[in-house]
Amino acid sequence: MIELNLKKLLNIENKDQTLDIDIKIKTREFITLFGKSGAGKTTILKMIAGLVQPDEGFIKVNGQLWFDKEKNINLPPQKRKVGFVFQDYALFPNMTVEQNIKFGMEKEDKNFLKELLEITELYDIKDRKPVTLSGGQRQRVALARAVARKPDILLLDEPLSALDFEIRQKLQEKLKEIHNRFDLTTVLVSHDFSEIFKLSNRVFVLENGKITRSGKPEDVFVQERLSGKVKFSGEILGIKKDDVVCIVSVLIGGNIIKVIATQEEAKSLSVGDKVVIASKAFNPFILKID
Amino acid sequence: MDNDFLTTLLLTFKLAFITTFILLLIGIPLAYFLAYSRFRFKPFIETIVSMPLVLPPTVLGFYFLVFLGTESMIGKFLEQFGIKLVFTFEGLVVGSVLYSLPFMVHPLQSGFQSVPKSLIEASYTLGKSKLETLMKVILPNIKPSILTGIVLAFAHTIGEFGVVLMIGGSIPGETRVASIAIYEEVEALNYDKAGDYALILLIITFLILLVVYTVNKKILKIEDL
Repeated sequence: MIELNLKKLLNIENKDQTLDIDIKIKTREFITLFGKSGAGKTTILKMIAGLVQPDEGFIKVNGQLWFDKEKNINLPPQKRKVGFVFQDYALFPNMTVEQNIKFGMEKEDKNFLKELLEITELYDIKDRKPVTLSGGQRQRVALARAVARKPDILLLDEPLSALDFEIRQKLQEKLKEIHNRFDLTTVLVSHDFSEIFKLSNRVFVLENGKITRSGKPEDVFVQERLSGKVKFSGEILGIKKDDVVCIVSVLIGGNIIKVIATQEEAKSLSVGDKVVIASKAFNPFILKID
Repeated sequence: MDNDFLTTLLLTFKLAFITTFILLLIGIPLAYFLAYSRFRFKPFIETIVSMPLVLPPTVLGFYFLVFLGTESMIGKFLEQFGIKLVFTFEGLVVGSVLYSLPFMVHPLQSGFQSVPKSLIEASYTLGKSKLETLMKVILPNIKPSILTGIVLAFAHTIGEFGVVLMIGGSIPGETRVASIAIYEEVEALNYDKAGDYALILLIITFLILLVVYTVNKKILKIEDL
């Protein structure tokens, strides 16, 4: 069981905001922190890892206090057993793939090293340096290195956000496999819905420094699933005037969809807006794509 | 080539080697502190480190004489241990270290600052201490900066004149380095001998820099692969 009770004054885009959260995570649970960028998600991970100090509160991991403001306990990052996968992977350029992973081990364990290299499919490239690797390969090295420490918590800071769609899907499976195989407790920061649905047991929505909703992904995100409406959320990429109507291009999960809007409707829209595309009257087709 | 000539050249390079080695030992912790610390009086220390860049060497030499000379408090104190820093080789080393300090510290400091913070944080979360992180993660990734610091400090020590003249004088085999020798030979109108010194210094510094740039390019190439 991991208990987080954290308060910290953040300065985001020159605005002061208090981060104030109280979360309990069960052992072997996979949870996701969801929220806008700048909401303090990464800061929460860094507070758990001991890289950033909270103003108030406590962090209790499996009965052991890692941080407690009142009792003046603050373990340094070295004493906290976390595996941290950074957004930029933070691989050591001077070490090979194998050396990077070994660096995370407290004692050298050849069997465990081999297991990690195999499960992350890195065995054939174990002697290469990080600069020679693709994004997906780097990501797997970062993951293997974080797991090599046999962490109490695995912290993933948008680990797949820099990768393209196909590799992302493949690595989501890998994440799930590794989480299960090594009995990990995992905290993921993400705003990719498919990732959240596929991986997490619970999701916490962070808004204005507070957790506003939490629960199973389908309960949190699909509130109107019984109404029979089809709804997608996406982002406007472009608005083009065409005679009396406007054609709006919307990016939805890697696909661009063109939607017709009246000029009146288009007035309130601009490029970069987050929008919901819904269909009421028609039942949509479902076609299987392989 | 006579004996005097060789002694002077050897002394010059001995001074440069020892100075560079000491600077490396002092420079790494100092640059580390300047790069990562949020100490309030950091600008004060940064200023002191950079002073030799703009200060005339004679000023540095003058204060050195005043504060470390045999009549000064520190000078008297050191004399009890048999250490004399004025007109000795040891004095030259101390003076050169102070004078070339920014040439070692600045490249190292910008090297430290160029290391992504996440690399250091990753090392900490993997259970490695600050020292281990420095030795295994930070230093291996700033090799070009270390090399630049070494070369600049070395070359600058060979080329110094004012500080050496002020605190070392020109005692053959003790404090008479090549730059001083050239000056004295020219004053005595021995242009041939001055020319010999000058040519040797020119060739050797050229070769050192050439080796460094070749090696540096190789390091960068390997890392770019």
